[in-house]
Formats: sequence, structure tokens, C-alpha cells
Amino acid sequence: MGLSAVTVLGVDRPGVIAAVTGSLADCGANIQDSTMTLLGGHVAMMLLVSGEVDAAELSKRLCAPDLVVTASAIEARRHFCDDGGGLGYVLTVHGPDRPGIISAISAVLAADGGNITGMSTRLTGRLYVLIADVELPKEVDVAALMRRLAAVGAGLDSEITFRPVEPDLL
Amino acid sequence: MTRPADGKPREVIDAPHPLLSTAAEPVDPTAPEVVAAAADLLATLRHEPSTTGLAAPQIGLSWRLIAFDAGRHPRSRSCTGELVVANPRLATAARWNHLREGCVSVPGLTADVRRATRITVHGHLPGTGEPVTIEADAVEARCIQHQLDHLDGLLFLDRVVGALSLHRSHHTCDA
Repeated sequence: MGLSAVTVLGVDRPGVIAAVTGSLADCGANIQDSTMTLLGGHVAMMLLVSGEVDAAELSKRLCAPDLVVTASAIEARRHFCDDGGGLGYVLTVHGPDRPGIISAISAVLAADGGNITGMSTRLTGRLYVLIADVELPKEVDVAALMRRLAAVGAGLDSEITFRPVEPDLL
Repeated sequence: MTRPADGKPREVIDAPHPLLSTAAEPVDPTAPEVVAAAADLLATLRHEPSTTGLAAPQIGLSWRLIAFDAGRHPRSRSCTGELVVANPRLATAARWNHLREGCVSVPGLTADVRRATRITVHGHLPGTGEPVTIEADAVEARCIQHQLDHLDGLLFLDRVVGALSLHRSHHTCDA
């Protein structure tokens, strides 16, 4: 059974998700992981889809006049339930909007082997906000990393908080 | 309970602003300028119908003063009423949950934030300086913790629980 990565971009309107997922269901494709958000009035959706239909056929089936759809065959790199073995943190950055905030912050994390596993950024007025889920290797000196993040944040006139994920295991 | 009548509403500042990222200073609750600031904070709160609380840094004063009135919120349970507290400090916090909240100083964004649903806060009343203890739950507890964060230079954004927990308050739809 093949795995395809599907991206959908289009003007936001009621029914976009229903149309896309309906087309996928009609061709027997099974949605595994997916995420969707609105970016500046556009719907942006990414899905990992499994099934007998290949990527080219998926592109054809999902084609719509107001949507930009791509589908690519991919191989799963990690089992969905695998524990990455790292430590989970949430990073918040907020401050005046300016170019280069994400690249500066992500470079600090990457230098320590930190992996950004999820990220949202929003601009509202002059305020730029970045929230990221970060997975750190267990051997990272977190206090030293936080000092480097704070220094980069100060250079960007931005406030940075970096805190462990607090899962509620019930 | 402090209900100054002669305060004047002040402009509420928006992030990014240095005062919103700075820890506020303790105050003498009996000092005339603090009493006047408390009156202004309450007048500003009354002027902002969309919020249940304000902290002095939001009106440009780096002082440890908060004002709140949980009675404005439809889902409030405990309700101390309209109150201004000087030098508030969190004494106990229990029963944590996640809820979506926003801030009048961060227009356009909301986020899921983990906070205690039962708290005890100690402080002093502006004017008399009389000690006050507030037992709050639900919305009132969340509101007070949000204001306490402002006094420590924190926004609710600093407590967002994950990357997918940040939201726009309103989305427009072209269709």
C-alpha cells in the first residue's frame, strides 16, 4: 500500500475540506496524519494518505478550479507511534515584526540538534508571534541553550520563553 | 473593596511594548499617586467592556496593581466583584486546566493556556492599605493569574501549550 503526501492550497470557503476529503474517500485513500490551517484567507492543508491510488491519480482526482493540489509518493521515515527519544519543549517568541526571526531562532536550535516538530507564526499589528514544538536530544545542555536563545532574542528585540512540555497523562 | 469614583480611563497599550515585558515594581498602597493610578486602572477597566481584568503595565504604569471584575464574564463562578489590588501575590494554586484566552493588549490572537482553576491571592487595598485575601475559581481565577503574569512581564503567549494552540481571534472567509 503506497503512501502519498498531499498538499492543498486555495481560497478559504465553506466546504473545501469536505470536498477534498470526499474525493479522497471516493478513491479509497485513507487519511493518516493531516494538518490544516488558514493563512491570510487561504486554506492550507497537508495530508499523509495511504491506499492503492498513486500520487498522479490523487492529483487528478483532487483537481479543482480554485485549489492548488500536489501529491507526491513518499516513504514513511518513522513509525507513527515511535517515541523519538528526545525531550519535548515549547518555544515562544514575540516581538516587533522584522525579517529573519525564524531563521535566527531555528539556527540556534539546529546547532544543538533540536528538531522543530510543529510551528505556528502569526502577525497581528506590529506584533510577531512564533510558537514552536521542539524536540531536543537528551544530552543537550538546556540551560546553555536557553542562554543562547535569550541572547538571540535580545538581538531581535523579542521576548523568548522555552519551557518543557507538560503532558497530562491520565 | 476599592471603588474610586474619580479615575480617568487611560489608553491600553498593545504588544510589542517594553512595559509589557518588564517586571512591575511593588507599590505603597496608601501613596496618593498609587490611589490615583488604581482609580485610573478601574476607570479603564470600566471603559473596556470586552475584558474582565487589567494590570497597571497595560495602561503604561510599571506598578504592581491589578483590577478585575469577573462578574462581566458569562461563565464566571466565584465573583469578588469589581476590585483593585496592590502588590497581589499568588498563595495557592490548584486544579489546573487548559482554556483558550486572549488579552486586550494582544488584539487578534487567542491561545490555549494552562492555569489553575482554584487560587488564593493576597494583596492590599489601595487607599487604606488594608490586607485582602481573594479566593477565586474558574474564570475569576484565570483572569487574576493572567493579570499577575502582566506584573511579571509575561503575556499569555509565554504560556501557550503548543504550536497548534495559537489562534487568530477572527478569520475572514471570502466565500
